Amino acid sequence: MTDDDRKLRVSKIRNGTVIDHITGGQSLNVLAILGIDGTSGDSVSVAMNMPSERLGRKDIVKVEGRELSQEEVDVLSLIAPAASINIVRNYEVVEKHRVERPDVVVGVLECPNHNCITTENEPVESRFAVTDDGVRCEYCNTIIRDDLPAHILAE
Amino acid sequence: MRHDHIISATQLTRADIEAVLDHAADIAEDPGAYGDRHSDTLLGLLFFEPSTRTKMSFTTAMKRLGGDIVDMGSVESSSVKKGESLADTVRVVEGYADALVLRHPMEGSAKMASEFVDVPLVNAGDGAGQHPTQTLLDLYTIRENAGFDDLTIGIMGDLKYGRTVHSLAHALTTVDARQHFISPESLQLPRSVRVDLHDEGAEVREHTGLDEVLPKLDVLYVTRIQRERFPDESEYRAVAGEYQIDAETLEAASDDLTVMHPLPRVDEISHDVDGTNYAQYFQQAHNGVPVRMALLDLMLGGER
Repeated sequence: MTDDDRKLRVSKIRNGTVIDHITGGQSLNVLAILGIDGTSGDSVSVAMNMPSERLGRKDIVKVEGRELSQEEVDVLSLIAPAASINIVRNYEVVEKHRVERPDVVVGVLECPNHNCITTENEPVESRFAVTDDGVRCEYCNTIIRDDLPAHILAE
Repeated sequence: MRHDHIISATQLTRADIEAVLDHAADIAEDPGAYGDRHSDTLLGLLFFEPSTRTKMSFTTAMKRLGGDIVDMGSVESSSVKKGESLADTVRVVEGYADALVLRHPMEGSAKMASEFVDVPLVNAGDGAGQHPTQTLLDLYTIRENAGFDDLTIGIMGDLKYGRTVHSLAHALTTVDARQHFISPESLQLPRSVRVDLHDEGAEVREHTGLDEVLPKLDVLYVTRIQRERFPDESEYRAVAGEYQIDAETLEAASDDLTVMHPLPRVDEISHDVDGTNYAQYFQQAHNGVPVRMALLDLMLGGER
């Protein structure tokens, strides 16, 4: 693949956020975490399994017209720990930073324990403490270590 | 006590535990001295699943402190039947009572409920999660019979779904007990409890049979293997008989062994154990009253 091919597939955005170095194959889960499903009218570009020196293969997501908050991008660290965030204004990258693992993620993951109170019709959001090797439900203590994307709450 | 709510045994420090147990011992010595301690206090009981010992001992404890209870009654006769959420129920009842006691079939229910109320809330069992006040009366019984120094305890039965076990295992790490867990492989401790015990540096061994460990034990804590948890009846039958004890089983035990059970039992402890010096499970249940009196007194601001 040439540089020109890559440019054609992932064009520059004018204003918004570019999420680079997403673990290959995780971009749709990134969109799910960010609550981007295409219905809001945002222009979104997704490149999957692009060659990457650092990751072998990587995904890239470009969201036009939306600057992601630090809280939003921190949650991405659960499935894309190497991701970098580029805030773009008028075609220029004005901010660039890595994601950081948060202490807690709220309302993002569904507890797999069907007997957990957060799965009931109660006015409470799921709440997981982020540990070194996974997440832990702060209500029922269920630990999730593998396949986190499978537990992303549907919007 | 520095905790407004008692949700999990993990929040209890050694000092918290000792404070409750010491106070319970004082109360047990002269229960009549505490009869007007909380004469203006109403305790709200919210039991969303059946309970005999826990509910009755909380009721007794509050009344022996001079207070009274307001009881939601059965789920069938309450607004829960109309679809009211737990969050709404506790917010309503906190307006009637000075403290709440909640038993609920869902894990995490007590923690969630505590986030919606300002009055102290006690977890009286949340699904397969935690049962911290049972743990306090278990510890009281252990301390009375075996002490906490150089303690070796075997915990046998349904370790996966047994909330009393989950709470007790956490608390036993605070007194540096050696813990032996005996269960079928399908009913071993859940991952979260294993992780916590590991992180806390607990000395833990797991077994599938009692024989190898019984002679070493100061305390044997037996729980019911819950038939209803097995997906296949034949799987239950394959393991159930191995986790029953009788007087003959205990011939291999130390003369000083204390046998405990949170009750109700079905057939895991034969009735021929009841009359031996080992059996402490009925006294253990009775200890629920002074221990819960002590806890309520400390939570509600009583001075020692």
